[in-house]
Amino acid sequence: MNAVLTILIGSIFVNNFAMSRFYGICPFLGVSKKLETAFGMGMAVTFVMALASFASYLVNTYLLVPFDLEYLQVIAFILVIAVLVGIVEMAIKKMSPSLYQALGVYLPLITTNCAVLGVTQLNVTEGYGLILSVLNGVASAIGYTLAICLFAGIRERLEVGNLPKWMEGFPGAMIAAGLMAVAFNGFSGLI
Amino acid sequence: MKKYYNIFMNGIVDENPTFRMVLGMCPTLAITTLASNGIGMGLAVTFVLIFSNLVISLLRKMIPDQIRIPAFIVVIATFVTIVQLIIKAFLPALDESLGVFIPLIVVNCIIFGRAEAFAFKNPPLDAAVDGLGMGIGFTIAITLISSVREILGVGTWFGVQVMPEGYLPMNILIRPAGGFIVLGLMLALMNKLLPKKA
Repeated sequence: MNAVLTILIGSIFVNNFAMSRFYGICPFLGVSKKLETAFGMGMAVTFVMALASFASYLVNTYLLVPFDLEYLQVIAFILVIAVLVGIVEMAIKKMSPSLYQALGVYLPLITTNCAVLGVTQLNVTEGYGLILSVLNGVASAIGYTLAICLFAGIRERLEVGNLPKWMEGFPGAMIAAGLMAVAFNGFSGLI
Repeated sequence: MKKYYNIFMNGIVDENPTFRMVLGMCPTLAITTLASNGIGMGLAVTFVLIFSNLVISLLRKMIPDQIRIPAFIVVIATFVTIVQLIIKAFLPALDESLGVFIPLIVVNCIIFGRAEAFAFKNPPLDAAVDGLGMGIGFTIAITLISSVREILGVGTWFGVQVMPEGYLPMNILIRPAGGFIVLGLMLALMNKLLPKKA
């Protein structure tokens, strides 16, 4: 129970993927202009990260480790993720066209979101079992969603703010993210 | 010759991956706490960029359009694995401090972006030169950022004390928040000094 709680709090707040570990910063900056799209991206990432944690654990434990192929981890994991994203894309397209419309553009992008590859690597280095791996995947993704949604809210306000020309766009957003990271730093005493 | 020079300089100035395109932000923010990390990461990415660009360009007529993303991934992942093994064997200290960000080079959007936007459409030599230019541009940018963070945040540069004895290091700069703030200020400075060509 204790381990579960530590992972939940740790992955959502303390080691927040976007704010403290710096995973998945490209989509964090790229699709955070609107709250709605940010939330869509967060949901898609959560889904894929849960699946990827599950699948990569199986691949690692039953395929790579028995045959002494751990050095192929990166290649194996990224292929697993690419295939998963492809399958998820097809499944959503078939089963829920409306969700597909909403997530459409972001799904293929997830393959190159380093948060997904990052969490699979992290699960291996931390030595989590199957259940803890999936839990860590979901918790990290929730933390990521939280951060990207908060950031999108700030950026929506920033758009209408009166910034000097050279601060508009990325520089201003980056400083706002920095201030957010200071706030997230406050969680570090929790565990 | 002129053509290669232009391709090379394009990566360093006009389309600098960090300051102009704002790509590959994860390593740029995460490992730039020490100047030596910056240069190590920059060179690793440069190596992968040159060879992945070269190989993808050589294979560009053979790879069908629909499956090009998985094909790119396999090529890139191969070179990242090579770099990972080399760093582990010869530079264990660098391996320790870059940690998980070496395997994460696979999903660095600079490499992906160049494969898609340049290597897949241009002959091999052009692609390799583009990879070199982009890689050096990235290395310069990331070394600059990490130098600022190390000098002001720790008081050293490449591990050598440069600030006077009584200097109180600004701890925040080597914390995650400092990464965002330094990068934001540097992007703003670039916009101010070298306005984008329309």
